[in-house]
Amino acid sequence: MSEALVLGGQEVIGVSRVEGPIIVVEGAGSVGYDEMVEVLDSQGRLRMGRVLEVGENMSVVEVFSGTTGLSIDGTRVRFLGGPMHLPVAEEMLGSVFDGMGRPLDGGPQPLTEHYADINGQPINPTARVYPRDYIQTGISAIDGMNTLVMGQKLPIFSGAGIPHDQLAAQIVRQATLGAPAGEQPSETAQFAIVFAAMGVKHDVADFFRNSFAESGALTRVAMFLNLADDPPVERLVTPRAALTLAEYLAFQREMHVLVVFTDMTNYCEALRQISNIRGEVPSRKGYPGYLYSDLASLYERTGRIRTSNGSITQIPILTMPNDDITHPVPDLTGYITEGQIVLGRQMTQQGIYPPITVLPSLSRLMKDGIGKGHTRADHSHLAAQLYASYAHVQDVRSLASVIGEEELSTVDQQYLQFGRVFEQQYIHQGPTENRSIEVTLDIGWRLISMLPQDELTRVSPDEIKQYYEAAHAAH
Amino acid sequence: MSQQVGTVTWINGPVVRAHGSRRVSMLELVEVGEEHLVGEVIGLESDVSTIQVYEETSGMHPGAPVFGTGMSLSVELGPGLLRGIFDGVQRPLPAMERHSGSFIGRGMHMSPLPRTDKWDFTPVLKAGDKVSGGAIVGTVAETPALEHRVMIPPDDRGTLTWVAPAGQYTIVEPIARLRTATGEQDVAMLQRWPVRRPRPYRARAGQNMPLITGQRVLDTFFPLAKGGSAAIPGGFGAGKTVMQHSIAKWSDAQVVVYIGCGERGNEMTEVLQEFPHLVDPRSGRPLMERTVLIANTSNMPVAAREASIYTGITMAEYYRDMGYHVALMADSTSRWAEALREISGRLEEMPAEEGYPAYLAARLAEFYERAGFVETLNGQPGSVSVIGAVSPPGGDFSEPVTQHTKRFIRCFWALDKALASARHFPSVNWLDSYSEYLEDVADWWRKQVGQDWYAMRSVAMELLTEESRLAQIVKLVGPDALPDEQRLILETARILREGFLQQSAMDDIDAYSTIQKQIRMLGLILHFHTRAQHIIKRGALITVIHELSVVNDLIRMKALIANDQLDKMDEIRRRIDEQMDQLESEYR
Repeated sequence: MSEALVLGGQEVIGVSRVEGPIIVVEGAGSVGYDEMVEVLDSQGRLRMGRVLEVGENMSVVEVFSGTTGLSIDGTRVRFLGGPMHLPVAEEMLGSVFDGMGRPLDGGPQPLTEHYADINGQPINPTARVYPRDYIQTGISAIDGMNTLVMGQKLPIFSGAGIPHDQLAAQIVRQATLGAPAGEQPSETAQFAIVFAAMGVKHDVADFFRNSFAESGALTRVAMFLNLADDPPVERLVTPRAALTLAEYLAFQREMHVLVVFTDMTNYCEALRQISNIRGEVPSRKGYPGYLYSDLASLYERTGRIRTSNGSITQIPILTMPNDDITHPVPDLTGYITEGQIVLGRQMTQQGIYPPITVLPSLSRLMKDGIGKGHTRADHSHLAAQLYASYAHVQDVRSLASVIGEEELSTVDQQYLQFGRVFEQQYIHQGPTENRSIEVTLDIGWRLISMLPQDELTRVSPDEIKQYYEAAHAAH
Repeated sequence: MSQQVGTVTWINGPVVRAHGSRRVSMLELVEVGEEHLVGEVIGLESDVSTIQVYEETSGMHPGAPVFGTGMSLSVELGPGLLRGIFDGVQRPLPAMERHSGSFIGRGMHMSPLPRTDKWDFTPVLKAGDKVSGGAIVGTVAETPALEHRVMIPPDDRGTLTWVAPAGQYTIVEPIARLRTATGEQDVAMLQRWPVRRPRPYRARAGQNMPLITGQRVLDTFFPLAKGGSAAIPGGFGAGKTVMQHSIAKWSDAQVVVYIGCGERGNEMTEVLQEFPHLVDPRSGRPLMERTVLIANTSNMPVAAREASIYTGITMAEYYRDMGYHVALMADSTSRWAEALREISGRLEEMPAEEGYPAYLAARLAEFYERAGFVETLNGQPGSVSVIGAVSPPGGDFSEPVTQHTKRFIRCFWALDKALASARHFPSVNWLDSYSEYLEDVADWWRKQVGQDWYAMRSVAMELLTEESRLAQIVKLVGPDALPDEQRLILETARILREGFLQQSAMDDIDAYSTIQKQIRMLGLILHFHTRAQHIIKRGALITVIHELSVVNDLIRMKALIANDQLDKMDEIRRRIDEQMDQLESEYR
């Protein structure tokens, strides 16, 4: 925090209560709600905190680095007179910061005049531009069936032991501004990447760093790291600091920014911890009733606005506790984000990478980002057909498990075959394989053509003529 | 006009307490702090008032002043509402953007309706006329699609002493003068109404006219009556929002109020960018000309989210009072309930179920009961139909908001995640959904389409119910174990599902079906079934029926035959008969 930002500045020695990461301070004069504080223990070690509640003469403060070592009498609390601000600059790309946005490894503070409130402000809906430009990730299951659009927030729902990190890294490496099938992207639009880790292991952070370094992307990545052994309360700041930088880059410097968060479940747990200690009325599974609003204050900081050519696209990763998609964290996330990519354990065990289970996955913005002028005219019908046919495969499989494959009708046996090939050739691909949109669409047609023409009710007769007949003859 | 009535003593998010006055009243609108943030008094105890603030309170200090206004939270009503987009407390979002850029700042005070725009006023009444509340003084063409009727405020009555001649006036200029028992007062186009108080009407009327939405599964299977209330519950990704958008686009309401309550910013932007370019099939005018949007997205202040529902329904009632049919969509009422819960939590009230306050049911009832088909104060029929989306956590309908909502609505459109995953849209589950308006609107259908819609619907519904029963058996033993009569039911039900129930909101032709198209499609599918039944009885195999080319025609007709080319349906009917005749001759 820069000295220049200390606006008010008043100090109190001694606190009246310490409980978990919360301290209650009495006697300070005019303290503002949501104001930043500096807390010094009796050894003079500095930590940061934030005001959660103020009354006359009393304020409740959450201390980000925990309260270990704080005493009732020996603690000095200095109120800084305003909400937390982060210095932001383009030069921050290429650097690593801690969970509070301070340079790690003794790097210098960025030289900038520009300080931004980490809480941001809501984007006026009338100022938004509806996202319509797709991002080519080179991954068929995403590009073909759950297309990512620039300005979208599309989370990855995963579980422990499922390779979501590899997938996120692959998306980051391969993401380019999409162009219609068969055309070269008009500009090599490269994304600036803002990466925030919340409560993840050192190995995970290293994996991402190495992955960025290998692809030569490190100079356009800013990393905010709050690792598993860092104070949990700091996690509440980490994504906000990251988004503050992302907003600056996208809306002031007109860059396309890809924001990756991992792991949102840890963030929510930190929020629950604070809420718990404050004795708030819990809603589901002990999470506070405002979890939805709090998550929205992060996820909604995504999109495009009319006054800038830049954009923010968010890919939050979260692990579903016990693979339960109805757990409050994935559930509330799904209600706010524009779709979700769901990874499956069974797919992982079958050796399919990326293990995207396509049926529960969804991209809400796909409909306006694909088709003529974006990808190819047949894209939306083809995707709907693949979905419908693959959904039928599931029915056939459960039937086959009862009556046996031999008893199935010819058509249903063709469905089974289609399901297998679809998983092995369409969903499955190498971690470095970068498929163009044209390749993805063509594989889709090749596979769907295994089924008899009568079964294809989602594609139009013209499309059948153009793509199906030749492919079908080849089978 | 505002004076200091206290100072802030305690702040916790959107809830603050202030002390210093015993004169502020419950639900009074107040302004808090040097920035004059808008708030509402929600609790009083001696000289301490509890206030919910409609804006972010970051940086506010104890000791900040609180100003009273003497009014309760009200909306401005008058020409200029249509085509407008407002936040939850009716601040105009486009004007805010011009004022403070792409992000919403704090403490902005703006008139919801522009004061300087002039409107063409045509008087209806003249000086000397005795009037009471709701009487129409004159009219204004608010948009080419809608005549705005300027009314005497509901609580007033007296004699008009002057009515302005036809001409151009702003909304604040007087257009009439009224002598009441207490003296003479000006009447302007601009009027205010407190949002939490329902606007009065003369009487409630029966609900026997359906709100036609152009969505086949709704109109044909689970119709909503004009003035009725419906809920759309569904987990995320089940298609609540797309369905709300479709109804907002294609329903035959004359005015649509769309409340984006705690939902995504991009969705509101989609409506804003799409509606001006879409044409209302009835008036031929852009849809935006009949639409009012209220956008309080999920990251905007939570207290304003709580207010947005009331702001919207008050506007809807205002247009109802002019004698219009209004449809109100609230997406999503769960977010509104969560706002209630959040405020309640900060007040440290005793929670009932899942942290929701005990008065949740009462608030939901108050809201849904503001729907209705009424005889307005000026004697005309008007209605407000309410369609509320519900977002149950984990898609579990046993949670409090869904359960309480079910008590106050009569039309339940249950969205199904499994259908959505199979990309069956709209994902309305035909077994879980219901409408209590079926008998009420049956007569209307008979008059409009000349066929017994109710009977046809019942047959189709029976087929679908029977299919789900058979599907259980098929899961265990496979379809081959069923006799061909029953396999025909599976086949027809499949045609119903894919060819009738599924409807693509993205397809130009399929997005909207007139009732004529709906009834003819249904008629064709049932005709197919009757004939096929007959032939199967004579020994034809189901596989032969399945391979008839007309099956594909029935599934594709929804997207191939436009609403104005229904004659093409005769061609399909001819083909059904031709192919069936052919089979019949083989199995004589």
